[in-house]
Order: sequence, then structure tokens, then C-alpha cells
Amino acid sequence: MKYSDPYVSGVALGLVLLAAFAFAGRGLGASGAFATTASGTVALVAPAYAAGNPYFERYLARPGGPWREWMLIEIVGVIAGGFLSAALAGRLRRGVERGAGVAVRSRLLIAFSGGAVMGLGAVLARGCTSGQALTGGALLSVGSWAFMGCTFASGYAVAPLLRRQWR
Amino acid sequence: MSAYLLPLAIGVAFGFTLERAGLGNARKLTGQFYLTDLTVLKVMFSAIVTAMLGLFWLSRAGWLDLDAIAIPETYLRPQIAGGVVFGAGFALAGLCPGTSCVAAASGRGDGIAVAGGLLTGVLASGLGFPLFLDFYDSDARGVWTLPSLLHLPAGVVVFGVVLVALAAFAVAERVERRA
Repeated sequence: MKYSDPYVSGVALGLVLLAAFAFAGRGLGASGAFATTASGTVALVAPAYAAGNPYFERYLARPGGPWREWMLIEIVGVIAGGFLSAALAGRLRRGVERGAGVAVRSRLLIAFSGGAVMGLGAVLARGCTSGQALTGGALLSVGSWAFMGCTFASGYAVAPLLRRQWR
Repeated sequence: MSAYLLPLAIGVAFGFTLERAGLGNARKLTGQFYLTDLTVLKVMFSAIVTAMLGLFWLSRAGWLDLDAIAIPETYLRPQIAGGVVFGAGFALAGLCPGTSCVAAASGRGDGIAVAGGLLTGVLASGLGFPLFLDFYDSDARGVWTLPSLLHLPAGVVVFGVVLVALAAFAVAERVERRA
């Protein structure tokens, strides 16, 4: 099945974001789910260290602890919703998205490294494309718009070096 | 239980729309960076404009209290640095944190790899956090919005963002026709 029209899906996504604002008093997020998972994991392995670390401690101090964080529950929903949509459209398929010129293993290695680099970026920026660009963008936050501008400027600067990955 | 229902429902709708738009597919998503498929720009900008207009008019009508919504505080320099680092990772990964979960959920191994990298990156940044704690909290501007930056009424800025989005859509359509 073909993907939906980008403007229609964009308006739908905007309505989801608006519903989050109206009913939850907050926007959407994604990197926070990774941050709370990391904090919870460190706390399982080394509780005293985690409680003394200024980054992990923030997530451990949340009411209900790191595993009941709003954004973690939301991301469980994202996985379920993504699965549901792909299943209904006949797009569930095991595979690796890549160009013909790159081996599966290299693509996976580059994907993993990209994820790790984004992890640092999201920590520094206090959010990612969801929590800053979409949510902060709709709320007209200056920092969020600065983040969005720098993200795309940097993406365009780096992408030409990686063209082979997709050919 | 009901406390989990709202974030779960919002998440399901979020993941569903991302997948419908094709943003769970790294090949489609990276078309944005090679100017062959500008779905990312169209989806993101339409979503921002929709939510922004919704917030503006619902609060005007008195149906929604803007003060009840937490606006992300600005830490300008760390967010600029974060954006530069994040953008490089985004181009490498071909997926962002939210879309990596959708890609993984629809069976893509590269989605799982990006999610694993994210967890590793956040974990490593947390371990090294004391090294850049001062920078992280630097250049704090509090809640800082475009209307106060530009010294313009919110309605004018909202209208301006809509115009910029419409112009971006027109350019995107031309770029895609050429590609």
C-alpha cells in the first residue's frame, strides 16, 4: 500500500500533538524514553552511583520512578501504533533499509553510530525532533527553533558524505 | 491504570501517523537530505502549523489554558550545539529517535540498530555528564518565545509561521518535480 499524503499525515500528526497539549498538558517526545530507560538500567546495576549522577538522578527522582515515566509509556504506544499501521498496510517486513552499494553490516554499524551521536545531541539539546522540533516548534520556543535549524543545517552538511549508503 | 491510558493512546496515534506518512522507512526519510523526497519537511511543518493554530485559536476561544502547557525552556548555546551534533547523527542514522521505534516495530533491522545506538549514546552521555554539566546549564534564557524575541504579538508570529510554511511547501513541490 502506498504511504499517505504527507500534508494529510502532517495535519493528523499536528492533531495528535494538539490532543497531547490539551489532554496531557505536554507535547510529544521520544529521546526522553531512552534517557529514562538508561537511568533505570544504571540504577539496577549500580543504585548508589546512579542516585549520585546528576543526569540519571533526574529520571530516578520522578514520581513512580524511571520505569513509569510518561514518555516511556508513550513510546510503548508509538511501537504499538507503528506496528499496527504497518500491519494494516501490509508493510510489516523484516529487512534493512539501505542502498545497493552498502553491505547490511556496514549499514547497521552506521545506523548504530548515528543513534549514539543523536543520543549525545538529544542530551545536550534537552530533546529531539519530537520534544524540541515538533513540540517546542508549535509552542514557538526560541531554543526549539534554533535546535531545528541547526539539526537540518548539520544534516545537510554531513549527508553528502554518506550518499553511498543509499545508492 | 488510567494514568497509563492517556500516554499510551497518544503514543499509538503518534506511531500510527508516523508510519502512515512513511517516516518509519529510512530510505524515504533520508530523501529529505538528498532533496529527492521532502516528506519530512512537509509532515513536520504541517504538524507544527496545525498544532500551533489549534493552540492559538483554542486559547483565544477560552477553551484551552496556555499556562497549563509547559513550554520548553531555552538554553541557547547548548541547544545549538545539541542540534549540530544531533543533525550529524540523524544523517548517519537515517532515522530520528521516534521514527527509529516505528522502523523497528515494522521489522527493520536498521531501526533496531538506531534505537540501540541511541540508548548507548544517552547512557554514555549520562556517564560523562559531570564533564559537561556546566555547559549543559549555560546560556539559560528561561521560557523564551518567538513573539518575545521579535517583539511582535503572538498572532502576527503565528501568521508569519503559516506564510513561511506555505512558501516552504511551494519550494518543496518544485524541488521534488525537478528531482
